[in-house]
Amino acid sequence: MNNQLSQLSLLELSQLLEAQEITAVELMETTVERYRQLDSDIKSFLYFDLDESLETAKKQDSLERKSALHGIPLAIKDNISRLGKPLTCSSKILAGHRPPYSATVVEKLEQAGGIFVGNTNMDEFAMGSSTETSAYQTTRNPWDLERVPGGSSGGSAAAVAAGIVPAALGSDTGGSIRQPAAFCGVVGFKPTYGRVSRYGLFPFASSLDQIGPIARTVSDVAFLTELLAGSDSRDSTSLDSPVPRYLEQLQPRAEGLTFGIPEEYFGEGVDSDVRQIIQQTIETLKQQGAEIKTVNLPHTKYAISTYYILATAEASSNLARYDGVQYGYRADEPDDLIDMYSRTRAEGFGPEVKRRIMLGTFVLSSGYYEAYYGKAQKLRTLIKQDFDRVYEECDLLLTPTTPSTAFKLGEKIDDPVQMYLSDILTASTNLAGLPAISIPVGQDSKQLPVGAQLIGPALSEQTVLNAAFMLEKQSQWDAKIAPVQA
Amino acid sequence: MAALKQEISQLATLGRLNLTDEEEKKFAGDLQEILEFAEKINEVDTENIQPTYHALPLENVFRDDVCQPGPPIETVLKQAPASIDGYFSVPRVIDRE
Amino acid sequence: MVDDVVIGLEVHVQLQTQSKLFCGCSTKFGDNPNANTCPVCLGWPGTLPVLNKKALEYGILASLALNCKINQKIKFDRKNYYYPDLPKAYQISQYDLPLAEHGTVKFNHDGESCAVGIERLHLEEDAGKLVHSSVSRESYVDYNRSGTPLAEIVTKPELTSPERAESFLRTLKKQMEYLDVSDCNMDEGSLRCDANISIRRDDGSLGTKAEIKNMNSFKAVRKALSYEVLRQRKLLSRGQRVVQETRLWDETTEQTKSMRSKEEAHDYRYFPEPDLVPVRIDKKWQQEIGFKLPELPDKKFNRFLDEYQLTEEAARTLTDSRPLADFFEQAIKPDVSAKTVGNLIISDVKRELNERGWDIGQVALTPAALTSVASLLEENLISSNVGSELIAELVESGGDPREIVEQRGLKQISSEDQLSSVILQVVSENPDAVADIRGGKNQAIGFLVGQVMQKTGGQADPGTAQKLLREEIL
Ligand SMILES: [Mg+2]
Ligand SMILES: [Zn+2]
Repeated sequence: MNNQLSQLSLLELSQLLEAQEITAVELMETTVERYRQLDSDIKSFLYFDLDESLETAKKQDSLERKSALHGIPLAIKDNISRLGKPLTCSSKILAGHRPPYSATVVEKLEQAGGIFVGNTNMDEFAMGSSTETSAYQTTRNPWDLERVPGGSSGGSAAAVAAGIVPAALGSDTGGSIRQPAAFCGVVGFKPTYGRVSRYGLFPFASSLDQIGPIARTVSDVAFLTELLAGSDSRDSTSLDSPVPRYLEQLQPRAEGLTFGIPEEYFGEGVDSDVRQIIQQTIETLKQQGAEIKTVNLPHTKYAISTYYILATAEASSNLARYDGVQYGYRADEPDDLIDMYSRTRAEGFGPEVKRRIMLGTFVLSSGYYEAYYGKAQKLRTLIKQDFDRVYEECDLLLTPTTPSTAFKLGEKIDDPVQMYLSDILTASTNLAGLPAISIPVGQDSKQLPVGAQLIGPALSEQTVLNAAFMLEKQSQWDAKIAPVQA
Repeated sequence: MAALKQEISQLATLGRLNLTDEEEKKFAGDLQEILEFAEKINEVDTENIQPTYHALPLENVFRDDVCQPGPPIETVLKQAPASIDGYFSVPRVIDRE
Repeated sequence: MVDDVVIGLEVHVQLQTQSKLFCGCSTKFGDNPNANTCPVCLGWPGTLPVLNKKALEYGILASLALNCKINQKIKFDRKNYYYPDLPKAYQISQYDLPLAEHGTVKFNHDGESCAVGIERLHLEEDAGKLVHSSVSRESYVDYNRSGTPLAEIVTKPELTSPERAESFLRTLKKQMEYLDVSDCNMDEGSLRCDANISIRRDDGSLGTKAEIKNMNSFKAVRKALSYEVLRQRKLLSRGQRVVQETRLWDETTEQTKSMRSKEEAHDYRYFPEPDLVPVRIDKKWQQEIGFKLPELPDKKFNRFLDEYQLTEEAARTLTDSRPLADFFEQAIKPDVSAKTVGNLIISDVKRELNERGWDIGQVALTPAALTSVASLLEENLISSNVGSELIAELVESGGDPREIVEQRGLKQISSEDQLSSVILQVVSENPDAVADIRGGKNQAIGFLVGQVMQKTGGQADPGTAQKLLREEIL
């Protein structure tokens, strides 16, 4: 029973609960069991509410079912606020911290009956592409324990890939949902900027951050997106447009659609294995009646520079509040105020966070603002215009999600520029605010999952999901769970 | 970018980070490398290009002037590194800088 | 030495919304520390600001009153710096696209009409408050004020003396009060002022300026700036130079003092606030708000002169504050003269207010009751003494003047019959005074009138009493 349930998707589990073939408590017991078996190796969770999760499951069993999410165990990235629950952003500076309010997405999913079992590991303050910058632990890729799960939502992707939970929430600033989803062989979706409320998401870069779901099927992702999306009076940047019934309208569809294949996304940095599998995916699309068109996004080569300038600038300001005054860590016995600030932050933040604060402070500082931050905001316009132009002639773009499959632990951690280049195929969509999904479409010669990315125009979530659904049905991909053994 | 090394300690002061000499040296090198990479953007002529601060063209989002009390302050003060009589407490502030 | 002083002011006006600029916390003053806070104004990570529409509309109203040009598209920016009263370590303010620019304010200084340019008006959030421990090496933070909406008004450096700066500030305060966008209570920090001041060099170029902070009253503004003029002049005359720095006004020593500042230069690293979206203020919206613009002090002053035939002094006193002017106009009725009502306010009501340190909003006296007192006086039913006493009582505890006069028999005795017996008595009791009067010393009559007043408990009409005394004696 145990391992069978772990193989099932969220919606399949939901049907069993609906039909009363299993109870929420039984499901939670298997979840706890699986967590106990696997997570000492994978280390996807920073903490897991064992007792409380079982308690909540018991309560859900006694209540009338509220939605298909009722009684489903979920994991949450350690940067999304839950009232009174620990939250650290995988940083020492927030050790012991418990937010006094819940994120809008948490309220929504809990109201629908979902049960958050615990927080997943991430790169410290979401700054990283391997989950190795976490101050607490190193998460391993369930497909190969010597490899990274990707990042920064690496813990969420690994927990879902290992079958501990059917779905988890992540956040995506430059690829932080899609890149780990690709590395772990699961589906990760970053909706249009503003589609999902950011209220309660501890910010990295406010103009780029977006919350999204990670699950093992496109249907699960469509279902969760429907629950997460919608305008929020507490988030000025949330979009006030009606939310379609993504799951109800989900149909495998590529026919009549034109897929743009941006040349710049298949450059020399992209591994040949990855390139080959994406090529097969293009063939699949053709067979399904889609039109394929080579297109150009000429400013792609500036996307990483633009992204790192803007993201670190915003981050340097967003992270300034961790100063030891109101919450979190405070250095011992400060001599004076400045000493308290400077030592609290020096002792509380890890090296990658410090590096980005330094970079962000630099690009905003007087004398450099125009050359870096000002210039990057203009490049952002050009990058956005590239997308606008190609969407005049095609409906969606198809690209690899990552230039390579999961790399080895420690391989890039000492080379910031190489690590930053991991986001090269994902960061542009954040700059343009567009919806993008990563779905597993095959395995490379090392049996590691390869992700394909579909990028749509603003608010084209349904089109993106439908095309992803079609690819999911047609691809060679059938192993839904990583072959990890207890 | 040669000037960068001297600026590192000023950046650390601005960002309130107490860096060791070693860290300063390391970050000076890292930043130099990152900025050299980032300088690619200077190739692009952006003469008549408007900046994009928001990906989507939202405007005029307001709330009405209505009071809604927050959670009891005790739940917040409980987490403070130091507090007294309903106040947050910090090392003495001498002068406004 | 004429016009060589150059002063520019930065005035922070707290806008009197119910809730804060970006969250639903109350803006009430004087509550327990941190009682009016929430995760948003405490800057808790993950929370987001949402703009209070009323604060923006108050800002637009103030901009219109200052004759500013409203920018059609505005945005908010982050001003980054560390201080314990600033919970996010940045202030949400406005940098390069402020709400309004290029205004002018006319003001009266010592009978001279002056004008000063307004550089800009922008909206920003206030910081919290620090309390310094007297016993330990600690400071305490109260975030109740954090996130309160402020309009920052920056003048051009065109004020040419400390006294003019004070007159401008008084005019500005009056205008804001008229608009009802701020209570401008300086004690509670609802109106705060910083200044930049320098001395123009002989060649006409601007000298190095110093920034003066911590001036918490009109008097402090005048004194601090005067002190600074002397200090800078002294330096220059000795051939020394003025250092560009921030100086604090010390109320007790009456000196400005340099703030010990670190070597670090200010670098606020302003950038557009990504958590807020831009605001577009179209002409139509601007007009709608413009319709709400009340009659401003200058206009009201001129109208009072014309419409009520008041003296300039009376018109100025009555238009000193909008509530006072409103009270005056509400008390005017067809059967009493505006002059009588105005005089009652200027002499009696103002005296009672000054004694108590109150403003007109705090009195129990209603405009209708004031009308009654005025008509009692005009009907000659009470003496002006009784009128003053009535006002004193009504200010404190309210009531209907006609009833009070009736119940306590305070009506003035002006009938000659009723007074004649008292007159005879006074004449017979004061032969010396009577003799003096008969001998031509007219001033002694005042003494006798006083005696009549005393015997009638103040109810006698002094005019009638004097007339009857003269008839009796001469
Ligand atoms: Mg200001
Ligand atoms: Zn608040």
